[in-house]
Amino acid sequence: MSSSNLLLVLLMLTAGGYFLGRRRAFVLAGASGRGQQILHSRPTYYGALAALWCALPALIVFSFWRVFESNVVTQMVIAGLPPDLQNLPADRLGLIINDIRNIVYANIVPEEISPAIQAAADHYTRLQAISHATLAVMVTTIAIAGILWVHKIIAPGLRARNHVETMVKYLLIACSTIAIFTTIGIVLSVLYEAIRFFKIVPIHEFVFGLDWSPQMAIRADQVGSSGAFGAIPVFMGTLLISAIAMCVAVPIGLMSAIYLSEYANKRFRAVAKPLMEILAGIPTVVYGFFAALVVAPMIRNAGVSIGLDVSSESALAAGLVMGIMIIPFVSSLSDDVINAVPQSLRDGALGLGSTHSETVRLVVLPAALPGIVGGVLLAVSRAIGETMIVVMAAGLAANLTANPLNTVTTVTVQIVTLLVGDQEFDSPKTLAAFALGLLLFVITLILNVIALVVVRKYREQYE
Amino acid sequence: MNNHSNTSHTGVTPGNTQEQSASLRTMDIVGKGLSRRYRAEKRFRLYGITAILLSITFLSMLFISITANGYTAFQQTFVQLDIFLDPDDIDAQALQDANYQAMVKKSLRAMFPNVKTRGQKRQLYDMVSTGAAYQLQDYVRKNQQRIGSVVQLWVPADDDVDMLIKGHIPRDVPETERRIKDTQLSWIDSLQEQGRIEKRFNTIFFTGGDSREPELAGILGAVTGSFYTLIVTLLLSFPVGVATAVYLEEFAPKNRWTDIIEVNINNLAAVPSIVYGLLGLAVFLNFFGLPRSVPLVGGFVLTLMTLPTIIIASRAALKSVPPSIREAALGVGASKTQMVVHHVLPLALPGMLTGTIIGMAQALGETAPLLMIGMVAFIVDIPGGFTDPSTVLPVQIFLWADSPERAFLERTSAAIMVLLAFLVTMNAVAVFLRKKFERRW
Repeated sequence: MSSSNLLLVLLMLTAGGYFLGRRRAFVLAGASGRGQQILHSRPTYYGALAALWCALPALIVFSFWRVFESNVVTQMVIAGLPPDLQNLPADRLGLIINDIRNIVYANIVPEEISPAIQAAADHYTRLQAISHATLAVMVTTIAIAGILWVHKIIAPGLRARNHVETMVKYLLIACSTIAIFTTIGIVLSVLYEAIRFFKIVPIHEFVFGLDWSPQMAIRADQVGSSGAFGAIPVFMGTLLISAIAMCVAVPIGLMSAIYLSEYANKRFRAVAKPLMEILAGIPTVVYGFFAALVVAPMIRNAGVSIGLDVSSESALAAGLVMGIMIIPFVSSLSDDVINAVPQSLRDGALGLGSTHSETVRLVVLPAALPGIVGGVLLAVSRAIGETMIVVMAAGLAANLTANPLNTVTTVTVQIVTLLVGDQEFDSPKTLAAFALGLLLFVITLILNVIALVVVRKYREQYE
Repeated sequence: MNNHSNTSHTGVTPGNTQEQSASLRTMDIVGKGLSRRYRAEKRFRLYGITAILLSITFLSMLFISITANGYTAFQQTFVQLDIFLDPDDIDAQALQDANYQAMVKKSLRAMFPNVKTRGQKRQLYDMVSTGAAYQLQDYVRKNQQRIGSVVQLWVPADDDVDMLIKGHIPRDVPETERRIKDTQLSWIDSLQEQGRIEKRFNTIFFTGGDSREPELAGILGAVTGSFYTLIVTLLLSFPVGVATAVYLEEFAPKNRWTDIIEVNINNLAAVPSIVYGLLGLAVFLNFFGLPRSVPLVGGFVLTLMTLPTIIIASRAALKSVPPSIREAALGVGASKTQMVVHHVLPLALPGMLTGTIIGMAQALGETAPLLMIGMVAFIVDIPGGFTDPSTVLPVQIFLWADSPERAFLERTSAAIMVLLAFLVTMNAVAVFLRKKFERRW
């Protein structure tokens, strides 16, 4: 039975459990002669209790089974392989397992299938069938057992509502821990692979090295693939592009926020604000296409016409477009903090005879500064983590340069190029992507934490 | 003390006169500086207007460039061929074995009988798409009674011909710099005179999967992949997000643990999306051994990514429900769960739905994490389920943007237009929901 069918059956059983439980409660109430008064809870709660006990344990078993099924089956197939195959090194064994899986799922079947592998594939199919059948039987049994048990314990005095509410509460708690598990998952997965990477490449070489060329030699005699993992050029590239983006986004975003919140009348605001928010809703891949198609050639032509040598994948193009993307981010955050500045400060400044712009520059902005700084930090962390624009418009060559007309590469570009496509998971090349990912995560996390603390402090100041 | 007040008192009298004379001077200073200050005021306003106009200019530049590049992709050049369905070539029992490619070539040769050399023949064959043979095969399968007669069929032209007809390949450059040769040009002209070349609505673009041939490439595969991915995302992230928000807003005690969860969610909202891709790669693919390139895993990753958005929006919606509603419900004897389910949730639901739609729109446009879990593969078939290899619309855009053919440029732009249309619709629905159900207490 396929998973979706099984889930459908479970859904039907749950619905059945609900009605059974409810009917049982009605029957009990009817038999007592005093009607529903004798029930502790309303009849629907008895139904809900049966439904919950039917669905929850079965779902838990189902998800655990599905999560570990493929690994267990693979291990069992490996155990069943002939000893000479089992003793192969891990990467060769992985290839064989891949072959077996391909045969099982009838994907791309390798040209020649050795009898041992064919046998293993049959074994795999058999084990999988057994596993699916067992799962189906277990899930339905557990579900039915749950219904029967609740059906049995339903009595007028059963505190069904309290039971259901407790279960719902634990369900809610479980949901709210998913966020925690996500963080733990991110940290562990990235950290684990990064540590493996730092065993191959020393951490000081990674953090302080000036040379980045992650192409590893496949054969020992190959030339030109040194496999150097010095991340400084990559970081400098990221910083350069983010700095360009900030140079575009901060002045434009801040000025438009000031204009919208201090000067604009209601009608202008009602038109301009949504228009600017459209910029925030455009997918980054569209910006990337725009950068590569329109902005980069434009900058190149402009540069050539005044006699400058501009690379076709210049940092300037990527940074400029990234800046455009971040404008609404800066402007809406600044708008919030500027609006939070108490009106009395403005009234005071205006009353002393300062002009509107002086009020804004000398009173409102200094008062809003912490909040604006927080918003800008959030924007910086976004710029550093932005991927698609730089993948499409920035280059791959890791040049250590501060010239915005040159090609630079960024952390995210490197992660994408190192990990897209089929990769083995023990070469330093792929592990390097996780090391970069770890640094990316840590840097953005620090920026976010600082920004959040600053913004929160600032809010409390005026509340 | 006394001494101090004395000195300060004596100090005031001369100070007053000084201030009076100073105030005269201050007025002068103010008056002098006034025009400068007003100019500064005007400049400042001008900066503000310029900033807003700049961003609107960027926005319109983006839309104009994409529309200008993309609108032509909704039309495709077709060539009319007279194809003789030779009963000797087509066996009614084994329709798929017949050489349809040869029939297409034969009909092209019949139209231009004076083409003799091999090179010229190849140029001639290159004028129609390789998809013509498949189209012919489909046609024969559906109209078996036509075997033995001459059929007139409109088949898609090759992308180079298409580009020429649409004017993207200039005619007046030297032949060596042009993808369409002079002989081909003359053929196209003669076909045009006979009315055998026509631009029609490009249905292939909306019904086809990906292809290496631009004229056969369509977005349906990617749209279907996006659909399945979003369904998984929606089914997981909406209930979990709402449950988390309800717990944190309504049930959670104020303690360290809930503080940690809260800070954590705020941080997750700002984690770069590509890090979620790394998570998906390391956990779902490598640890749990789930298959690559499938909407199911894509949905998992996007769920984790959109959860913070949905949670934050849902909490805001719950916060906006006034406490009096809760107090009234509790006052008439509802339990806390009943209060939430019967009264608070229905009132907060529009806000939650708005947040969810915005989160879904975000997920629809997301590319980077899906690249990490292998949804970047070249997939021709249209996916039929949650575990079929597939790609999504933004990734398709990314793939096509990398292709060198001129015809893919307009298809990329057109795909972007489709994606933006979806996003605009979703956001419009969100705005509509907000406007319709928003309540001010």
